[in-house]
Amino acid sequence: MKSLLYAITALAVFGLAFWAYRENYATQQVLKETRALQREIGAAQVRISVLRAEWAYLNRPDRLLELAELNFERLGLLPLRPDQFGRVDEVTYPVQPALQISEGVDVSGLNARRTEEASQ
Amino acid sequence: MIRKPLRPLARVLDARSKGENPDAIEKENIRQRHDDMQVKSRQRAEGRLLVLGVFFLCAYAAVAGRMGVMATSEPREPVASIAGSSIAMQRADIVDRQGRILATNFETHSLYVQTQQLIDPQNAVDRLVEIFPDLDHAELLAKFTGARKFLWIKKKISPEQKQAVHDIGDPGLLFGPREMRLYPNGSVAAHVLGGASFGKEGVSAAEVIGVAGVEKQFDDYLRDPANGSKPLALSLDLTVQAAAERVLDGGMKLMNAKGATSILMDVHTGEVISVVSLPDFDPNERPAPPTSGFDPSVSPLFNRAVQGVYELGSTFKIFTAAQAMDLGLVTPDTIIDTRGPLRWGKFSIKDYRNYGNEMSVTKIIVKSSNIGTARLAQQIGAERQRDFLGELGMLEETPFEIVEAQGGKPLLPANWSELSAMTISYGHGISTTPMHLAAGYAAVANGGRYVSPTILKQDGPQLGRRIMSEHSAEAARSMLRHVVTEGTASFARVPGYQVGGKTGTADKPRPLGGYYEDKVIATFASIFPAHDPKYVLVVTLDEPSVSAHGEERRTAGWTAVPVAAEMIGRLAPLLGLRPQVEPAEVTGITLTSN
Repeated sequence: MKSLLYAITALAVFGLAFWAYRENYATQQVLKETRALQREIGAAQVRISVLRAEWAYLNRPDRLLELAELNFERLGLLPLRPDQFGRVDEVTYPVQPALQISEGVDVSGLNARRTEEASQ
Repeated sequence: MIRKPLRPLARVLDARSKGENPDAIEKENIRQRHDDMQVKSRQRAEGRLLVLGVFFLCAYAAVAGRMGVMATSEPREPVASIAGSSIAMQRADIVDRQGRILATNFETHSLYVQTQQLIDPQNAVDRLVEIFPDLDHAELLAKFTGARKFLWIKKKISPEQKQAVHDIGDPGLLFGPREMRLYPNGSVAAHVLGGASFGKEGVSAAEVIGVAGVEKQFDDYLRDPANGSKPLALSLDLTVQAAAERVLDGGMKLMNAKGATSILMDVHTGEVISVVSLPDFDPNERPAPPTSGFDPSVSPLFNRAVQGVYELGSTFKIFTAAQAMDLGLVTPDTIIDTRGPLRWGKFSIKDYRNYGNEMSVTKIIVKSSNIGTARLAQQIGAERQRDFLGELGMLEETPFEIVEAQGGKPLLPANWSELSAMTISYGHGISTTPMHLAAGYAAVANGGRYVSPTILKQDGPQLGRRIMSEHSAEAARSMLRHVVTEGTASFARVPGYQVGGKTGTADKPRPLGGYYEDKVIATFASIFPAHDPKYVLVVTLDEPSVSAHGEERRTAGWTAVPVAAEMIGRLAPLLGLRPQVEPAEVTGITLTSN
């Protein structure tokens, strides 16, 4: 009985040691992945901040004004003035295209007259 | 184990033959056996103590060793902590009211030299001077070959410059990562933003600190790592600010002015939508503060809106009129004696021209009569006037949140006599900044409540302390409207936006006392739309002069007013105000009580 207990204990120690060994390496692996991810996140954040800065720089009012002036012929952009406000009913909506008749059905007045005569 | 017999037969027989007691032998042996057992157990106990002692020694040694290691090793961030790069987002961004970036961070590099690692200093200097033409060849060579082991060459370099330096290939030339402050919009809102520079510098990082404007005022907030992703939202609107700067710059050049400033403020929330001071500068390359010269306002760093303490002239008359009406001394139609000149001791008060012997209070404001306003001030009295201006915030610096605002302390008369009260009533003898004036006009415009001008985005109206009754504020607004429709500010008629306002032209003081004959500060303080004001616009031109109708003209009506009108025409649509027809005045019905 006693020796069985010893054997079980020894086996349990072996088992636990093996489990601890595996957990240790798994943890190290996860930590390594986390570090890599954090580096990636950091790099992405830096990239985003650079892109945001560049976006702000490209949209600076001076440059937009210059672009509007350069492309005046094509865009015709002018500074907003009070007389440019309008009402909704001043807007000319695009004309609705006329209905296309694909399968015409002939309607003749002759038939109608004939049925009228028949009913009389 | 061999046990020793307690009664060895040989010795017992021997003892018997000698007639001795053989029991003594047994006792003797028992005693000896006990002695042996005692020695053995003591040895065992000592052995145990030793083992235990060694065990504890090892345990304590392990603890001590760990402590020693921890104490001497470099501190390191725990690996499994919150994600995020520590160098990026060192300082929080600054954005406008719609979230557009006004200031952000940018990664760059600094260039430094470890001179003892240089292989060919001569070549390194030659090539560096090619890349950075502003470096001095001889000076740099002397430093490179001198006793110094370490020196900075450039604090910020571009990626192209970095590559060029890298291509020199000298191991003594080294780069340190840096985070620099970037103002993508250039000089737009330069005076508000201020600027930033490096504080403590190391090879691997440097502190970015604000040196002026909001950058300095909110330095603690911006530097707090907890606020890294929470940008500071200002009340400025980038589009409006850029348009205001452009129009004011054009106006300043047209009116041949030395400087100009404008403040556009929401009358309910106190938010400053745009504040311009010209000439301005690029905060990315903030110029050095002036070290010589008498007049600080020559420097582009000078913020006229909050630091320019000047007498703002007739724009103050509306405060006198509003207070007189609020105290119940007069109504807009009360007739005041305006025969001039008004003498007070050695001092005499004159009008720009003679407007007749008597005028109504409205007429006094419309025609901008000094004599009439001084008469009102006499009725009010010096003490009540000072208290009223104090309520309007005219007696101390504005609470506007940029560091420069603390430099805008109003200049007040040492002794607030009755004569002072009379001159102050038309804006002479008291010097304030345009920001003070904007806050004062906002109080008139919003129905009589004080609003403190703020640069931070607000959620709702301020509802500050009440300064005057709603009724008096309304009467004052109607007077301001009359100034535009039939008075000195007739150029301010902007179709669709009912502008009300008051002009002010004040002679510029000489630095050594007295006033210039031909240099003025022209101010136009306006509110729009006058029947339900939403915004206050203050425009001030420094030394304007324009020739119109064959005459040299400097008064605000000819200089500041047309500029302000152009600004309102440009800015009001950007603020989302639709042009509207002014509601006609209801004749025959007078509001008697509220």
